[in-house]
Amino acid sequence: MSDDLDDLKAALTAETPKPDAAKKAANLALAQKNFDALQGSRDGARLTTDRPQKGLFSGVRHMFAMTTTRGGLAATSALVAVGLVTLTPLGDALLTPRDVSDVLTRPAPAVVQKEVEAEPTEPLVEAPVPAPAPVAEERASDVAAQIIGGVVLNEAVSGQMRARTARPLSAAPQAAQAPAFSRLADDQIAPLPESSTESFANEPANPVKVVGEEPVSTFSVDVDTASYSVIRNSLSNGMLPPADAVRIEEMINYFPYDYTAPDGDEAFRPTVSVSQTPWNADTQIVQIGIQGTLPDVAERPPLNLVFLIDTSGSMNQANKLPLLKQSFALMLGQLRPEDQIAIVAYAGSAGQVLEPTPAGEKDKILNALERLEAGGSTAGQEGLQQAYSIAETMQEDGEVSRIILATDGDFNVGLSDPEALKTYIERKRDSGTYLSVLGFGRGNLDDTTMQALAQNGNGTAAYIDTLSEAQKVLVDQLTGALFPIADDVKIQVEFNPATIAEYRLIGYETRALRREDFNNDKVDAGDIGAGHQVTALYEVTPVGSPAILNDPLRYGIAEQTVADSDELGFLRLRYKAPGKADSALIEMPISADLTPAPDAGFAMAIAGFGQLLRNDTYLGDWSWGDAIALANANKGSDDYGYRAEAVQLMRLAQSLSAQ
Amino acid sequence: MRMETSDERLAIAAATGDRVAFSTLLERHYDRVFALAFRLTGRQADAEDLTQDICATLPAKLASFRREARFTTWLYRVVVNTAHDRRRRLATYQKATEGWGDWEVNRRAVIDEGEDRSTWLMQAMSALGNDLRDTLALILDDLTHAEAAEVLEVSEGTISWRMSEIKKQLAQLRAAEEQV
Repeated sequence: MSDDLDDLKAALTAETPKPDAAKKAANLALAQKNFDALQGSRDGARLTTDRPQKGLFSGVRHMFAMTTTRGGLAATSALVAVGLVTLTPLGDALLTPRDVSDVLTRPAPAVVQKEVEAEPTEPLVEAPVPAPAPVAEERASDVAAQIIGGVVLNEAVSGQMRARTARPLSAAPQAAQAPAFSRLADDQIAPLPESSTESFANEPANPVKVVGEEPVSTFSVDVDTASYSVIRNSLSNGMLPPADAVRIEEMINYFPYDYTAPDGDEAFRPTVSVSQTPWNADTQIVQIGIQGTLPDVAERPPLNLVFLIDTSGSMNQANKLPLLKQSFALMLGQLRPEDQIAIVAYAGSAGQVLEPTPAGEKDKILNALERLEAGGSTAGQEGLQQAYSIAETMQEDGEVSRIILATDGDFNVGLSDPEALKTYIERKRDSGTYLSVLGFGRGNLDDTTMQALAQNGNGTAAYIDTLSEAQKVLVDQLTGALFPIADDVKIQVEFNPATIAEYRLIGYETRALRREDFNNDKVDAGDIGAGHQVTALYEVTPVGSPAILNDPLRYGIAEQTVADSDELGFLRLRYKAPGKADSALIEMPISADLTPAPDAGFAMAIAGFGQLLRNDTYLGDWSWGDAIALANANKGSDDYGYRAEAVQLMRLAQSLSAQ
Repeated sequence: MRMETSDERLAIAAATGDRVAFSTLLERHYDRVFALAFRLTGRQADAEDLTQDICATLPAKLASFRREARFTTWLYRVVVNTAHDRRRRLATYQKATEGWGDWEVNRRAVIDEGEDRSTWLMQAMSALGNDLRDTLALILDDLTHAEAAEVLEVSEGTISWRMSEIKKQLAQLRAAEEQV
């Protein structure tokens, strides 16, 4: 029996042709070319389809190739024959082999064509069918690699202008705006890298509190928007973000709202409004908005910037170091000649790449940026120390110094414990140098460390996933990002037990403060930059509402003197002028007759979006469809397309969560 | 010397961007890839196309090479999988033209009858169906059952069963042939 096999083998070996030398050379050259192309942009944009790039007539051409080598005659005779074969019973017989021996004596190709359908059945004990899985994986990683580069290239600079500010920053023409959501089309399909060492800072959702037991809610402001960008990145890549990556306050604060601008010397002005809760007919949403003032940009003090750039090996991806270079180049256009810039790179060893240089010397700065290359592991702490010491040498009276740390979050050498880093930065914060963190790329994004750094360095954390986001953070909102107008801003709300039975703060889980910390100026809190906005939402349940979740205590609570007031609550704000040690206090009542803010609906839609992503339990049967409808109905003028983009993301999330 | 370096080390070096390692590796295995491609497709032109596909995508695929695997096993798997993809595509592309292509093929088959031993071979192989043919191609390339199992990502038992099935079918073919 095995003779057959041996015969076959001998025959096959004899028949196997030598590879065509010219073809071989061409194929080897092709492989080498693709190899070289890959090195330049590993994970960058590549067109690596294993499908031969054939044109419109490939089917026909292939058929000729299949049919005959000596059959030029085929073309004409076959056309006539088609009719014969398909239209006559006789012709039909031509296609059917008469018996087994007929099959045998006929040469192969007739059968080759049929092989696709003719799968032999195999016994049930057989292991899983081979092939498809690994192929699919390889494909997936190919696609991932292709997309990442594409994102960067396609993020054409869209002429966006500040949305949040009452007074416009620059005279950039609005007409040139491209809607931000168009970026979705570019990076819709990239799967994330497989191995992920990401970590996210978050806490469980704030619980519903009973006003009678705990009437006071205290938290620190948060003007970061990193969470929203991370969510966008995940959804655009076709997966729901990890619940821990969702910080609702950062999502809400990503969008500009229509708040009243502060007058005169006020640093900021709070706006409070009350509206019906979309997901619960028996509760209400209290929206607290803070609009920071925007000082006249022309009079801003000179700026000292130290770019602290992570050049570790992990940054060597199109959406990391190259995007970072482009982002900083964009930002350079916003700086003044009297501003100073220094660059510190940190990888295996930290080093100053550019000594403090006036921003006017653009070529020198761009050259230094361009020379940065990724390689080595990350000595985050050493780099940070060097950046702080350079910033201190640059500091002069009346100037603002800030370190901008750009990283994928991988602090794996030196002081990599977030707590220890925190302590270090807390000490350095007092030297008057601010620290902002820009996150790049996914895969080992260490959100926890980024948050720890920014929160303790009196700075902001943003996540740059596209050049449009760089435009928003580093160009449109540059002034806010770099010029603090108020430090340690804390919000405290006392609810009136006579009117409100229960309340729940939506988001701000990582920003909670103890009640007594509100008046303690030693306790650090978030900072507000020029023109920044902060929005916080409380869901409140009025006394007597059927939506009250907590039953009254059987034995009652300690006798309280309930003030005879129909106010819903009382808002207190504390902040320090930049660099000052003592805080100022702003107080205002939350009266019951407040009307909804004009774009409250959108803030609530985003709050709902975040809660759906976190699978929070307070929404009842309020669904993705409701969130989308609410957001769509409240898009407002949406000059920059941010809100339209959010609706796109909700729709993506809706589809993804239905899977 | 380069030529002394193991396939696996070359593959790792190539995956991290070593140009020379890549070209050495491909040079070393090109003929083998082509031979396997021929056995899988049965036609020189197809084998050449398939080899070209593989060459074009190999640089990107190298990233998925793991140190634990033998390079040849991994490479065979790439070849087999690429061949699968190709068959699937051809099946779609040619649905429309199949009708008169078949007729022409049959017509030519009559002309070629008895002319070429390799047609018998290829017919024998293609009569086996894809899974059996892939298995046979690998076994005839001197892989053990265990190695073939690793390439095709099935159990060794499956390979053994397939081989006995192949032998059965070959015997039937031969018997039928001898009757004629």
